[in-house]
Amino acid sequence: MAKKKIRIRAKMKGDVAEVKTLMSHPMETGFRKNKKTGKKIPPHFIKEVICEHKGNKVLVASWGVAVSKNPYLSFKFKGAAKGDTITISWNDNKGESATADAKVS
Amino acid sequence: MKRRTFLKGTVASGMLGVAASAGLLAPRRVLAAWPETAFAAKNIDEALSTLLGDTTPSTSSDIKIKAPEIAENGAVVPITISTGMAAESISVLIAKNPSPLACSFALGGSTLGFVSTRVKMGETSDLIAVVKSGGKLYSAKKTVKVTIGGCGG
Repeated sequence: MAKKKIRIRAKMKGDVAEVKTLMSHPMETGFRKNKKTGKKIPPHFIKEVICEHKGNKVLVASWGVAVSKNPYLSFKFKGAAKGDTITISWNDNKGESATADAKVS
Repeated sequence: MKRRTFLKGTVASGMLGVAASAGLLAPRRVLAAWPETAFAAKNIDEALSTLLGDTTPSTSSDIKIKAPEIAENGAVVPITISTGMAAESISVLIAKNPSPLACSFALGGSTLGFVSTRVKMGETSDLIAVVKSGGKLYSAKKTVKVTIGGCGG
């Protein structure tokens, strides 16, 4: 099992905060087969990613299996200032979850 | 062109979609529950009607899809969707994937119409971005050629 890691980089560009994040996750589709056993590998993917700033949900992503392994996500929003905390959390179809936060620079 | 099938509305399931999306409007117009039926849908009409309650988005030039013309590796296709509209949500569909709906983003009031991520594509296909703005749906599409599919090994 890969480590549940979320890397976040948030930067102010003018009055817009640009957030880039990378999550460690296998994002297994359920279509792939294990080459040795011929059995299907069960799906394992992030369903929802929630990005919060000061308690406001700035972005809620609903994902299917078509999002690539170790997902990358980037978005922009207004109303942030340097030093603000951004919290990103995800939960997947197996009930696992992870949360991380970062300061806007 | 694929547009014909894309624009063909399925009215009956549209009603169902409206009911579903109304229930999904959380306190701050943010999707509350993961739209399971939309992700399980096997065609674009079905996915759109269950997710957004409409299968006939109007084509807009104000949606920009940044994606490679030719993706060497279908498992990792970087895409960026941007729009100048006040977008409530941005959804990405890949026409020929087993389940077309790839991802959907609900945007907060201060969030710009911009998302960037990486998706898997099984084969050469149209990439369709659907933006919801002011209760209406707008779409744009771009064809991405895939040389190695992203669904096998």
